[in-house]
Amino acid sequence: MSATDVCRAPALSPEGATVERHWHDLAARRRLYTIGGLVFLFLALSGSLWFANETNAGKFFDRLPYVADFFAELKPRDWIDPVRALFDLPSPYDDGSLKFDYPEGRVYLTQGIYIPEYFHRMVETLNIALFSTLVGATFGFLLCFFAAGNITASRWLRFFTRRFLEIVRAFPEIVIAGFFLAIFSLGPIPAIIAVSIHTVGALGKMFFEVVENADMKPEEGLRAVGANWVERVWFGIVPQVLPNFMSYFLLRFEINVRASTILGAVGAGGIGESLRLSIGRSHEAKTIAIVFLLFCTIVAVDQFSAWLRHRLVGRQAFAYGRGE
Amino acid sequence: MNPDAVNDIAARHPDAFRRSLWKRYATPIGILLCILYTFYCSWFFSVASVLEKANWNLAGAYLADWVSYEIRPDIEFKDNHLTIDYSRFSKLGSNPNPDWVAKQMAVIERQVEAAPAPAIATNKSSQDSFMAPGAPTAENPAVPLGQSPPAVPETVRENAVMAATVTLGNGQIAVTPNLVTVTRGAESVFFDIAKGSSVTPRTPLPDWIEQRRPGSTAYVSFGFLGRAEVQNDEVVAWRRFFGWANFVFDTNSPFWGKPFSEVASLIVSGARIDPSRSNAALAWDNILNNAEWQHGDVWLKLLQTIVMAFVGTVLASIVAFPLAFLAARNVTPSRLANQVTKRFFDFLRSVDMLIWALFFTRGFGPGPLAGMSAIFFTDTGTLGKLYSEALENIDDKQREGIRSVGATPAMVQRYGVLPQVLPVFLSQSLYFWESNTRSATIIGAVGAGGIGLKLWEAMRTNTNWANVFYMVLLILLVVFVFDNISSYFRRKLMGSAGNDERRVSARPPAAQIA
Repeated sequence: MSATDVCRAPALSPEGATVERHWHDLAARRRLYTIGGLVFLFLALSGSLWFANETNAGKFFDRLPYVADFFAELKPRDWIDPVRALFDLPSPYDDGSLKFDYPEGRVYLTQGIYIPEYFHRMVETLNIALFSTLVGATFGFLLCFFAAGNITASRWLRFFTRRFLEIVRAFPEIVIAGFFLAIFSLGPIPAIIAVSIHTVGALGKMFFEVVENADMKPEEGLRAVGANWVERVWFGIVPQVLPNFMSYFLLRFEINVRASTILGAVGAGGIGESLRLSIGRSHEAKTIAIVFLLFCTIVAVDQFSAWLRHRLVGRQAFAYGRGE
Repeated sequence: MNPDAVNDIAARHPDAFRRSLWKRYATPIGILLCILYTFYCSWFFSVASVLEKANWNLAGAYLADWVSYEIRPDIEFKDNHLTIDYSRFSKLGSNPNPDWVAKQMAVIERQVEAAPAPAIATNKSSQDSFMAPGAPTAENPAVPLGQSPPAVPETVRENAVMAATVTLGNGQIAVTPNLVTVTRGAESVFFDIAKGSSVTPRTPLPDWIEQRRPGSTAYVSFGFLGRAEVQNDEVVAWRRFFGWANFVFDTNSPFWGKPFSEVASLIVSGARIDPSRSNAALAWDNILNNAEWQHGDVWLKLLQTIVMAFVGTVLASIVAFPLAFLAARNVTPSRLANQVTKRFFDFLRSVDMLIWALFFTRGFGPGPLAGMSAIFFTDTGTLGKLYSEALENIDDKQREGIRSVGATPAMVQRYGVLPQVLPVFLSQSLYFWESNTRSATIIGAVGAGGIGLKLWEAMRTNTNWANVFYMVLLILLVVFVFDNISSYFRRKLMGSAGNDERRVSARPPAAQIA
């Protein structure tokens, strides 16, 4: 407050006083906006919380003591049991029920060597993610050049490509998966199609933004020596955007691992389905095994992708928004 | 340019002209790997056999269902006449008599065995399922067939249908008790019906009619306009109409089937239909409780989805905010505190949103609380990580300046750090709010509340694709609106910070761009 006192000194000229008054007005208005915004946010938040609580099956304060119960229920018979569940080893508690039938799901490669069920499921989920990222990236790659303003001159072509990418991106994955589940029956193919279609939109958008920020000098050079459109794109643009494309591909792969897990939980196979079933049936050792496996896989995928992106594009991998 | 000059250039830039084998063949190798991987995946997922087994006809019909609906007259053969029924909850109301089904009536005499089964009163739709109105429920069970009164044979004279003609665009199905004529364009096929035993075409069948065995049911296709089955005891026709049937009022509503002007005048100045409330209130109630579209419930679930994303993101931002200061190296000097907080963020982020959603659905029961908590937990991790990264990238000069005039540590954070990072924080939170609106739809399907579950249920019935499309359009609209709100605010926020030379990256990490 001492600063204000200094400013109020009589030495202030009339012009200075005007500036001073305006500054105070501005500050007051700003404060008003901030307080108004906070009050609005608070009201919206409490209204939303009340609404959510009203429409929930269990009420928050009624259920709160039991949330911990669920975690307590997750405690397995002994702490080796999740390991047995993870590697499909027979359990000493096996009573013929689904709960302890760990060796059931073994996938035998030869007579003696098997892949544990959950590892196989995890590989399935990873394959769904990687394959659909590959398919999505291929189509995204082909489409992005038609959406980029510096490569495609036709406004209409650009407009339609961009709208197409937008619609494909915003269309809920779950609807595509559900639609193809109806046609193909249960299995991973609907998830692959759904994730691929979404990836086309998402990667297409990132790709064309990269292309629009590309350096046009190589392209100009090629144009000067009479290269056609495909040659200009392939030799002028693609080499400089490829590292960024790869980096976005890897990022997308990370997201798609999560997306395919979620789609798995609604019936499209993979580890998500196993997780939903084991949580729903309160199979504690199996749940712990799957959560652990999923956690490790996601961490590993994230770390690997971050490392590779760092190698591909250097610091840019961690500072998006550059090249704007 | 002479050869010497070329050689000279080649000698000066060996890396451009004599590239390593790997560099030269990287593209073909990459493409080859991708192709090999594609083969591996098609083996792994047995793509070929799945595609072969797929029911592609169904795909066309389901897609058509998104924007159209079918009406199904059932023409049953009796001894010397026909009866025409419509499915019990036909979109044409309780007493359909469409003009595309022409009937020829005559008075006949026949023996009847029993009184007709009592009609089942239709009740108001149930709120949370796609069950048709009046479907058998606990309160209103369907009347079992065996309960009709004992049969007393008697002779009645009545006006009965002798012949019926169903028109489907350029196609026609003319039905008499023992002869069915199917016409599509210029082609006609006659079927002799031996009631209860066989269906026999008089001429070889064209490719739009399929009969799997001689004498069995014939399947007639009229393309998008509809299809029909000629069976040995009835003819079933499906005529397809473009559009969404009964979108505003269902067939139980007094406003059903009335043109817009009439509905408007009823609402504005008509006499009360229901004496206890105004026509406007009645119309609104009828719209909300539309049995086929369930607008009220769909909107409620959509609001839940929006609320889940909003509350989850706001709470996550509030919790992540102080923790981020703890996690930032340059703000909290303790290595231990940094590492613990950061690993905590990683943990929250890496336990997938799905796992959190399944956990909390068990804990709180199905509903938005579960979805909200799942979003809150995941995003506390993600936002915390992003916030702490933004904090670690700040400009130190401002902090030093504030510190040099003797400010307390809290004041240093408030005036030296916060002004730099607040726009970034807000912009990232806004971005996540928008992206969570999308993810909230998906986790809803595992029971975490919102429109996801409703969407999923509608899809699993395989008969409500128009409802699915309706919900998809609503979701797209919401995503579009929030997209624009969020990017408007983000532009405003970043616009003011855009002048800083050393500005912290404001764009959300692409990792989260969904």
